[in-house]
Amino acid sequence: MTSSLQQIFAEAKTKWRRLQESEIPVFFVGAATCGRAAGAAEVLQSLRGHIKAKKVKARVIEVGCLGPCSFEPLVIVHKSGAPRVCYANIGPDEIIHILENYVLGDDPCTKWALGTMTPGQLDGIKDFNEHPMMRRQVRNILRNCGLIDPENVHHYLAREGYRGFLKALEIGPDETLEQVKSAGLRGRGGAGFPTWRKWQFCRDAAGKTKYLICNADEGDPGAFMNRSLIEGDPHAVLEGMLIAAFTLGVSQGYIYCRAEYPLAIHRLETALSQMRELGLLGENIQGSGFSFDLTIKKGAGAFVCGEETALIASIEGRRGMPQPRPPFPAVSGLFEKPTVIQNVETLGNLPLILRNGAGWYTQYGSDSSKGTKTFALAGKIERTGLVEVPLGTTLATIIEQIGGGVPDGKALKAVQTGGPSGGCIPAEKMDLPVDYEALAEAGCIMGSGGMIVLDEDSCMVDIARYFLSFTQAESCGKCSPCRVGTRAMLSILERIAAGEGQMADLEKLEQIARTVKDGSLCGLGQTAPNPVLTTLRYFRDEYVEHIEKGRCPAFVCSAMISYHIDRDRCSGCGACARVCPVEAISGEKKKPHVISQEICIRCGACLGACPSRFAAVYRRSGELIRYEQRKNSRKQQKNKDQLT
Amino acid sequence: MVKKTEENLAGVKDILARYPANRGSLIPVLQDVQEDLGYLSEEAVEELARLMDISANEIYGVATFYTQFRFNPPGRHNIQSCQGTACHVRGGLQILNDLQQRLRITAGQTTADGQFDLERVACVGCCALAPVVVVDGKVHAQMTAKKIPSVLSKYGYKKGKVKA
Repeated sequence: MTSSLQQIFAEAKTKWRRLQESEIPVFFVGAATCGRAAGAAEVLQSLRGHIKAKKVKARVIEVGCLGPCSFEPLVIVHKSGAPRVCYANIGPDEIIHILENYVLGDDPCTKWALGTMTPGQLDGIKDFNEHPMMRRQVRNILRNCGLIDPENVHHYLAREGYRGFLKALEIGPDETLEQVKSAGLRGRGGAGFPTWRKWQFCRDAAGKTKYLICNADEGDPGAFMNRSLIEGDPHAVLEGMLIAAFTLGVSQGYIYCRAEYPLAIHRLETALSQMRELGLLGENIQGSGFSFDLTIKKGAGAFVCGEETALIASIEGRRGMPQPRPPFPAVSGLFEKPTVIQNVETLGNLPLILRNGAGWYTQYGSDSSKGTKTFALAGKIERTGLVEVPLGTTLATIIEQIGGGVPDGKALKAVQTGGPSGGCIPAEKMDLPVDYEALAEAGCIMGSGGMIVLDEDSCMVDIARYFLSFTQAESCGKCSPCRVGTRAMLSILERIAAGEGQMADLEKLEQIARTVKDGSLCGLGQTAPNPVLTTLRYFRDEYVEHIEKGRCPAFVCSAMISYHIDRDRCSGCGACARVCPVEAISGEKKKPHVISQEICIRCGACLGACPSRFAAVYRRSGELIRYEQRKNSRKQQKNKDQLT
Repeated sequence: MVKKTEENLAGVKDILARYPANRGSLIPVLQDVQEDLGYLSEEAVEELARLMDISANEIYGVATFYTQFRFNPPGRHNIQSCQGTACHVRGGLQILNDLQQRLRITAGQTTADGQFDLERVACVGCCALAPVVVVDGKVHAQMTAKKIPSVLSKYGYKKGKVKA
């Protein structure tokens, strides 16, 4: 390490300590993409405006995502002499209230507090780490997210940043590879290929010019782990790239990031220029003789580009179509040179392994899957967000304890992992440990970490159709099993969802699925049948119900459901007619309204709009519906009344 | 707004100068051209083909592969309806259908008055706030059919005003 870097480390530590002990209050506002969507920008505007107008002495720092998205916008308040408090669901008015009453007064606004972030007592507010959402988590990869200013490199440096890379420089590439090997790190992009082995292939490959690519093309719909990590702690990923490049002897690297993530790209650009200033990028880094530079490439929107060879084609300026393998990219990849491609999170693990040692790393995880893994918890779940748990944690722990289960008293039906390449695990298998092997056995994959919770209102035929329509549209069209097979499967599923399916379709579906799985060129096609196969395996009854009874039990497949208004209950308030996008509802004021079945698009807006005291709008599917039963019983009652 | 043809072509030259003159620059160049013009116009692609010495067909081959590129002028306001998994299970498709009905266009089109264009996107990474609609880069979280008119009205939408 050069003396100038040592000096910067010392400076960073001092600055960080000063921030921890700051006399003036500090507001840490979670302002990643998700925080902004929840209204963090308005909070910032309101806070800054008030501070300026009232000439309050306070600092405002924008931080990344702390994880519990359902509590966004999150604000952590530092006040000298008190523990830091994390506040949840803070809007532009609440923040002013906190500023006036807590920061300038002494009321800690306990009703909005989620927990304390530092030791100490304050009005009985519980420790943040004891919150049900946090208690079972182990935050190693995300250790900085939401706590540091991602645009201030000093914050990263003060929290042991770049020490992993310096350690690698110290012990040399061979020993670094050995460390990664004994840590048992496996690729976090989905397949779980041992990282060290990939590196070994590349190191053994002939030639001097080699490349390293960071795959930040998080194309899985329903996944946002990589975005959060880059937005909240970009240097952790970049340090991982330095470690990998040094071990592989690579001098040029690329970051392939989705164009849909503008904030992540901005954070990376800022971080890269900071690295250059610190002498951590460029020629002869820290006098080690190792040179490395990085270029950001913006993806242009193609799911298949998450596949290694397609991603390479895209960087080369071509259509993102995969190549048959072998040769593997580690032997012949970008511009036909040996290339290693790593997922964002895999890279984020490297500084931890190097800094703390493989022994520390392997204390987390299961026998075959070491370390921790981040998951993007979304769908029908009480507490959505980004969570990190040791591999081997059971699904039940993640869904019930961390996520708080399914909201509104509904029943859990399944958990979908791995996005379009993964599958649905039914509710009765919730004791399954989340590791690469156990999920594969259940017909699913770990994937990059998307975890969508489905409840009784989710139709499994529709879920299979949804994922297949996605893979079908994203299939590049190069090989016929994938191009034709996904189309054929999709049309069968569409037929079933439209109420025109036949029992023979199920067998045909399974047959095509197996062909596509075995015959496709790349991972997209090989995994595309997974959602179909797992739903058929675990939820065959639901398919049968669609086919034989023409009924969608979850009220999702629009061809099988219809909306009606109960004449006896409708008061003619017109709430339904106002929200109907197609003006299918007619009726005079204060008189029962009617839905025209010809015009109705079955969006369900009227059902939500009908005031609960009337509950006049109802839906039906197939022959049997709860409401219909009630209506019949009332009719019988009426008949009885007339008779007596 | 859509610029005039002459301005277009000068812009293309400037953009090209920012990148190394090789095939690998094609996608970033197209991205910048689209950012500048709002879409890839026929003239811009032809000019690019001439300057980069690759055929216009080849450029279209690459550009049409990726969902980011569009070939018709955008509306004044861009609406993206997220169809990611989390948005889907929370009713994202209904939101898209509703938007299509209200604006009287299908995804990928621009309204006749040039006010709105509508896109379906795979995932914007705000899954925890599903379903979301992004208007001019601003994310509107937890959308419902009921909330659509008020969100659209912020951008000058009036019921019944949009003509097919």
